[in-house]
Amino acid sequence: MSHLQEAFRKTFPAIMPKRNCRREPLGGSTIDRVQSILRRRVCRIEVPPKDIIEENLKEQRQHLVDLINRCAVRGESNSAIVTGPHGSGKTMLVSSVLREIESNPKVSKNLLIIRLNGLLQTDDKIAIQEITRQLQLDNVVGDKVFGSFAENLAFLLEALKRGSDTAQSVLFILEEFDLFAHHKNQTLLYNLFDICQSAQTPIAVIGVTRRLDVVELLEKRVKSRFSHRHIHVFNSLAFPAYKEVCKRVLTLPAEVGDAKFVKRWNQDIEALCSNATVHDVLKKTYQLDKSICRLQSLLLLPICKVTEDHPAIEAVDLVESSKHLGADSKAAMLHGISVLQLALVIAMKHLTDLYEGDPFNFEMLYNEYLKFVQRKAHVVQSFEKPVVLKAFEHLVSLEIVKPVDGHGSRTQKEYRAMSLLVTSAQLMDVLNTYPGCPSELKHWASNPLPS
Amino acid sequence: MEDVSLVASDTEDVTSRILCREKQMAMLYSLMGEPSQPTCPSVFIYGHGATGKTLVVSTLLKAASLPHAFVNCIECQTSRQLLDSILDQVANHKPHPENNYSSLNRCENMNTFVRLLKKTIEERGIENQTVYIVLDKAERLRNMDGNLLPAFLNLSQLSGCNVCVFLLSQIVWEKFLFGFGSNHFEPFIIHFPDYTKSELLEIIASDCPKGYSAEFYSSYVNLLMSIFYMVCRDLNEIRHLAQLNFPKYVEPITKGEASEKDSHKLWRHIEPHLKKALQTVYLREVTSEQWEKYQRDEISQTGQSSILPSSSRTQIELPFYSKYLLIAAYLASYNPARYDRRFFSKNSGKVKKSAVNRKKETSHQLLGPRAFPLDRLMAIFYSIVDSRVAPTANIFSQISSLVTLQLLAQVGHEDQLDTPKYKCTVSLEFIRSIARTVSFDVIRYLYDFVK
Repeated sequence: MSHLQEAFRKTFPAIMPKRNCRREPLGGSTIDRVQSILRRRVCRIEVPPKDIIEENLKEQRQHLVDLINRCAVRGESNSAIVTGPHGSGKTMLVSSVLREIESNPKVSKNLLIIRLNGLLQTDDKIAIQEITRQLQLDNVVGDKVFGSFAENLAFLLEALKRGSDTAQSVLFILEEFDLFAHHKNQTLLYNLFDICQSAQTPIAVIGVTRRLDVVELLEKRVKSRFSHRHIHVFNSLAFPAYKEVCKRVLTLPAEVGDAKFVKRWNQDIEALCSNATVHDVLKKTYQLDKSICRLQSLLLLPICKVTEDHPAIEAVDLVESSKHLGADSKAAMLHGISVLQLALVIAMKHLTDLYEGDPFNFEMLYNEYLKFVQRKAHVVQSFEKPVVLKAFEHLVSLEIVKPVDGHGSRTQKEYRAMSLLVTSAQLMDVLNTYPGCPSELKHWASNPLPS
Repeated sequence: MEDVSLVASDTEDVTSRILCREKQMAMLYSLMGEPSQPTCPSVFIYGHGATGKTLVVSTLLKAASLPHAFVNCIECQTSRQLLDSILDQVANHKPHPENNYSSLNRCENMNTFVRLLKKTIEERGIENQTVYIVLDKAERLRNMDGNLLPAFLNLSQLSGCNVCVFLLSQIVWEKFLFGFGSNHFEPFIIHFPDYTKSELLEIIASDCPKGYSAEFYSSYVNLLMSIFYMVCRDLNEIRHLAQLNFPKYVEPITKGEASEKDSHKLWRHIEPHLKKALQTVYLREVTSEQWEKYQRDEISQTGQSSILPSSSRTQIELPFYSKYLLIAAYLASYNPARYDRRFFSKNSGKVKKSAVNRKKETSHQLLGPRAFPLDRLMAIFYSIVDSRVAPTANIFSQISSLVTLQLLAQVGHEDQLDTPKYKCTVSLEFIRSIARTVSFDVIRYLYDFVK
């Protein structure tokens, strides 16, 4: 890919500036390794080692490991649900526990692991096919037709027992557990929890979900078979700990190779984290969203910008990344509409104010537009009705204006009730930043014409 | 947008052919990184139409020969078409006459897709490279199966492969949010801003036809934009209009009446033509081919006015009684029923002074037509037609043909045979032109204009 890099730098020297680095550029491979390591951390691919997770989630991790151990070694059936807000590390926790389990030969030889995900298995039929596949019992099942889900599942578990000499325990991990609760009759959940309670085969069921009230979604018969064991994963980082996490994500391990580079890099990162600007940026991000997920999105852009010519992360990169994350997308879209469309948006705002939130239609909008244009005929150019209608329809397709009654309405398009999806504050912002905004429009926006 | 297909060695040529998008290309390029490095799981690119989103993404992917799949969601009505198409492109399989235009795999749901994606990537041997999946017009995904969009956003974690999903759309990301509160994995959001006026000029000036200098073409486009820029900023529209009207602009030069320097004369020649274009070709009421023919006729026969095929909206020929029926329908739609006596009875009598204590009503013209029963229509019809008309089947069948022409609309259930209700769907200008042909003053009978 380096020829592309060269080509890019030749064509766009202005965009990829050689910043004033105090150090000489490095060989490509070191930077490649640095990038790979850092990207794996920030794109949520790498699972952090045990001791890092244990800093905050020691109890939860221990609880899960115990549960699974008991199932594998002593044949105890168990069920639990791991809950926590988005980005608090539930999947990370489960992956870390699984890694430990798999490295322990005493446990892993008795345990079969099945991972299901609510987003992929949207139906019980698909779920049972996936279970069959993961248990590698496709040839045993063959073309058998089963009457019910329960029969199918019982057959699978029987086949497991027959297959090996020692008793096999099965561990079911259900991600997006709340989506399974939306299946018809919740058959999968009912059967799994039923097997948990009745002592047929030792299975452990671990659900992972974002909803704290997931138990309310369960039917009564399913709820009664569930052990009501909750493992809560909450993000309880204070700001200093948050900063520590940021520093740790960016610190390079020794395996990168070039020891001198690694030492210098880590020193730079120390300095960066004590920088006042960076402190402000991190504080602002922390106040908005404490999750590590958001921190990772913040660090993505600065990490991607690390190249041979620029082998360091600077404070200005973080500021830029924070601004990028906080950009107002609707204002950005409104910036690109034509002057006629802007006039229509101002007219719609006046109509919404006049009718106190009641929807308006295109005819009323055109009437309002005409009133403005006739009053300022010497300055503002007026356009015919079909041209105005085309501009209006473009606004509808951008979803800046939306019909109130949905798609199924049969009224003519000029008379359909519409409502504006832009607030007055956003409109004022747009008028201030719009390139070449006619002053009559600005004046009209703040002073509606008397009707 | 041209489809730029090329070989990797032409990278420099190609990336420099895309004007005014350097910053976005640099950002995308730095996000993508080396093929073996992971990228963020999903990227959302939004911006107005014709801002180069599809062009930049497809050019970058083709130029670097990265394995990718490009699907336009408008073409896919069902999720199966979408998923099959992605798998075909990742496997580099093209439907041919030889293989009966069939897809490589049959993929009904997301579960199968994830499994087959992994298998296809392994078969093709590209596990260590990032595979890009680009979904254009991604707003259509919202209307497909509910689990499709969240699954795509997290595809790299679900499948365990190095995959990055690009979503391109004109709608902002906030409108894609779904579910209860916290959204699923947020993509990295990039905005493609609209082109400024000077950027538009720069891009369009590159299509300068042979035989004319670039500054001449630039000044022509500048003139064109002075008429169209207030209405429309879309690059494609303005480019199309510039190409279409250029022969007319240089007509005095080809005829030898002027030279390139006489810009004032050329402007006076083209200005009325462009104003007419605003009302016809811009609105697509006249096809581009008809417009070109009209231009050529005008050029070849100076002195004779050639006929421009105008829109069919204003020209419609109806039988005599149909015209009166239509006028009667319009009056019935837009007049409140209680004022019929005042307008249509022979001896209208005194107008009762009723207490006017209602708040100011919106004009009925703005609210839209209202439904009226057939009897009311016939009553008004008999009062406005001078001659005596017998209620034969001929008259009633004319009402049905008006409904077929969509000048009237039938309201309510079709089963109501004894009192069908109708609504008039024509505009005021149309009805005035019809009324003029029978010398009927429609304004005098309209409540909104008389009160």
